[in-house]
Amino acid sequence: MPFQQFLQHLVNAISLGSLYALIAIGYTMVYGILRLINFAHGDLVMVGAYSVFYAAAIFHLPWPLSFPLAILLTGALGVLIERTAYKPLREMPRINLFTSAIAVSFLLENLSIVVFGGRPKAFDRPAFLNANISIGRVRMLSYTPVIIFTGLVLFGGLMYVVHRTKMGMAMRALSRDIETTGLMGINTDRVIMFSFAIGSLLAAVGGILWGIKFPQINPLMGVTPGLKAFIAAVLGGIGNITGAMIGGFLLGLIEIMILAFLPHLAGYRYAFAYAILVLVLLVRPTGIMGEAAREKV
Amino acid sequence: MNLHISRNRILTLIALVAFFLLLAYASSNFSPYVLRIMNLSAIYVIFAVTFNLIYGYTGQFSLGHAGFAAVGAYVAALLTMSPDQKVANFFLQPIVPLLANVQLPFLAALVIAGLMTAIFSFVAGWPSFRLRGDYLAIATLGLSEIIRVLLINLQSVTNGALGLKGIPGYTNLFWSWGFAVVTIFVVKRLVDSSYGRALMALRDDDVAAEALGVSLLYHKMLALMLSSFFVGIGGGLLANLISTIDPSVFLFFLSYQIVGITVMGGMASLTGSVVAACLYTVFLELLRPIESPFSIGSLDVPGMPGMRMVLFSALLLLVILFSHRGLFGGREFGWDWILDGFDALRKRLKGSKERTGADSDSEEAS
Repeated sequence: MPFQQFLQHLVNAISLGSLYALIAIGYTMVYGILRLINFAHGDLVMVGAYSVFYAAAIFHLPWPLSFPLAILLTGALGVLIERTAYKPLREMPRINLFTSAIAVSFLLENLSIVVFGGRPKAFDRPAFLNANISIGRVRMLSYTPVIIFTGLVLFGGLMYVVHRTKMGMAMRALSRDIETTGLMGINTDRVIMFSFAIGSLLAAVGGILWGIKFPQINPLMGVTPGLKAFIAAVLGGIGNITGAMIGGFLLGLIEIMILAFLPHLAGYRYAFAYAILVLVLLVRPTGIMGEAAREKV
Repeated sequence: MNLHISRNRILTLIALVAFFLLLAYASSNFSPYVLRIMNLSAIYVIFAVTFNLIYGYTGQFSLGHAGFAAVGAYVAALLTMSPDQKVANFFLQPIVPLLANVQLPFLAALVIAGLMTAIFSFVAGWPSFRLRGDYLAIATLGLSEIIRVLLINLQSVTNGALGLKGIPGYTNLFWSWGFAVVTIFVVKRLVDSSYGRALMALRDDDVAAEALGVSLLYHKMLALMLSSFFVGIGGGLLANLISTIDPSVFLFFLSYQIVGITVMGGMASLTGSVVAACLYTVFLELLRPIESPFSIGSLDVPGMPGMRMVLFSALLLLVILFSHRGLFGGREFGWDWILDGFDALRKRLKGSKERTGADSDSEEAS
């Protein structure tokens, strides 16, 4: 394979990887704190994309308005889900929480089939994201560097919040031991809500960028990215935010490179992520960055 | 005591005979539409009861029912279709020679379908059960999607996205309810045995169960593979009922529906699963009109496809949030329960002031 073509694939892999990473962060934060696989998280990706679509199609909002609005709306929905569907069950056996997450996801998907219609819709890219550009000899559409840049800025911001602010410190404490953290005088409800808000905001950004990269949206579009992002989170070490980013990029890289070098496997591309999950579970269940869980009796 | 057990056995036998007589009456007198709903109910009963084994009794979350049912459906379909039908189906690419001329009796096809499905479930169970935690949910959901990818891509085995048409309609009330009864019987015997106690022990506290010598991996695998064996049979029954299958029949939505049915029936209650599965199938049919256009007076309401599933998922969320016990909680229907209830009722009618009926009263109330 010529080097230039390899670079082309690499750029593609990084942009796909940052989408996985954006979505994976929400999974890993919730799992780290509540030990819950938040199945509804993937559907927030869909809600984010549809919010932008309808903001443009019905209210004719320009993108500088519609993007932030959609992100805030999705963030609010994430918090609403946490308040109504997860918080009341926190003291119950975990399987109830799990079932609730499934129910929320099921409801969101069915509601959007009824409200948005089951047929896929074309997602319009803003003009500045649709230009042909070339960096060196690698040619691409202008959304690719925008996706990568947005991802990097958000990851930087998140790292700052988690490691340099009081709220971030509280989040890290909560993922260690939720009860003790509460006894230390930290308002655990507020911290959990904050984590859901951050995760949902990032999922919304992921959803919008996903719609820009693959400009066809449908009510079930969040399922596959959600599943893959969760696998990315496991690959990086579930519960670890840095791990989720690394896992996301790695998953994007592996997927694109397998396709690039073994194009006849294209029909099975959905199976790659799953094979990776099985491998990780068999070989190194704690993932790349994860530490072995302590057994509490 | 001995007499007591045999009384219940006799009652069960009588009830079964009566039930199958009813089925015999139904299959020659009811309309095909009603029969189809009854058959579908039986298949959903199989799905819900097996899901309850893995979810309600073992406390593991499997989202693979859709994929497992797909494996069972395709295996049974390919084994029961006639060679001519296969030639007619596989016009894009001929079927692999191994399968081209196979045609087995229905029972053999169903059993093989069950075994194949159990093997598939092993692939999801083995890596995830070696670890503590909830990896099974994601592994089975992933496997379920992979099975769909395989069904679409293995053109010469599964006919790809075109699916299979003209599958012989062997499924009738005796096959479907027969297997439903067998499934209930096997699961009930299992959960009442020492294996079942081990399953419930590891559900409630896996560390304590392991300390008492329960092998977590072995028991979880047992529950998963047994349940997927019957799911495979259910899938086979489904294929031979609806006679046309393609990969889109087995979307993950099917798994979600089964979660919903089981939760609404009540965790660890087989009675609940059976009742909820039947109610679900019937209500889904009864609610069909709300998805087609209708008019109230001069107001025309456009059809809302998918509305039934919205109601169903909203109901599921409400049950989980506000009752978490479902229809039956953890209780079972049983002869003792009924007969004691009768006794209590009789005593009350006699005007007895004793509070013997208090227990069954509170059970009936909830």
